[in-house]
Amino acid sequence: MTGIGSNNINSFQMDVLREIGNIGAGNAATALAKMLDKKIDMSVPITRVMKFSEVSDVLGGAETKVVGILLGMQGDIQGHILFVLTIPSAKLLVNFLMGRESDHMFDFDEMACSALKEIGNILAASYLGALSTLTNLKIMPNVPGLAIDMAGAIISVPAIEFSKNSDSVLYIENEFTYGSESVIGDFFLVPDQDSYYKLLEALGVV
Amino acid sequence: MEVIRVGMADLKVAQHPAILTTLGLGSCVGIVLYDIKRKIVGMAHIMLPSSKIASANTNRAKFADTGITDLLEGMIRLGARREDIIAKIAGGAQMFTFSSTTDTMKIGARNSEATKVMLKLLNIPLVSEDTGGNHGRTIEISSEDGKLMVKTIGYGIKYI
Repeated sequence: MTGIGSNNINSFQMDVLREIGNIGAGNAATALAKMLDKKIDMSVPITRVMKFSEVSDVLGGAETKVVGILLGMQGDIQGHILFVLTIPSAKLLVNFLMGRESDHMFDFDEMACSALKEIGNILAASYLGALSTLTNLKIMPNVPGLAIDMAGAIISVPAIEFSKNSDSVLYIENEFTYGSESVIGDFFLVPDQDSYYKLLEALGVV
Repeated sequence: MEVIRVGMADLKVAQHPAILTTLGLGSCVGIVLYDIKRKIVGMAHIMLPSSKIASANTNRAKFADTGITDLLEGMIRLGARREDIIAKIAGGAQMFTFSSTTDTMKIGARNSEATKVMLKLLNIPLVSEDTGGNHGRTIEISSEDGKLMVKTIGYGIKYI
């Protein structure tokens, strides 16, 4: 079981993971649309396997301030999932959730932070729900943690987890749009070493 | 002056004059070595404490143990003398806080600890550090004076 990492993902497995990303993000968009009572569109997610040296260049560079929402995965699969949102995207989502104008200005106070955690909860639950259905595995998210800091520092959390058995990271970028407004978010699915194999096995691709 | 960027799981050494930087350290640890007499400078950006616990260990710069060993060797190859080398470190934060903190979440503290153990083992004095906390850091060192700049979002800039 050792050596299973995103390093040696073959192109077929990659297609499967991309499809998971697609279905998961589709579910997440639907959940988001329901929650916000707005019509949300979603573009096809971009799935890439990145080298560590490239990781910090996503989302406008390693020093760019971003919002990270991290949730643990429990059940048959252990690990973490991380959503990374640009600051404008995070503000837009909070404004939508609070029923305010999309350009309403505010600081990330306690209220805004708990709104973001709630968004993380909903996205994660729908994403993992799709994955559960697809794999027949029981996967549940637990309580989210939030950080607003440098992109490089936040992405280092999943990157370190990947680094134990790989020299690269599996990365999925989603773009949700509502009218002319668009929300760009990155998504990292970070199963623990053993869970990664279990996941691919349940999908019938190993 | 040329600014040399050190990526994640990467290390670089340079002769004077040079500036070395690594951006957005989270739970990773940035290690700088500086030869105070010859102004030779080196920087590593490690992700994990030990090469012995990981299955993917071909990239030696990824780990505190092998990364610091290689960094020191690189310095010596450029003409640095062991007895004139000092170390400074930064990073090792815990970016997310949960009520139930798992091993994965404590990786920052473990990285700092392993870094210090390795420096001690190699007999390199650690003169200053800015580690722990729950925020990201960008670090930059100039070969001119060996001052290490630590930049943060919300916690300002300091020199150590």
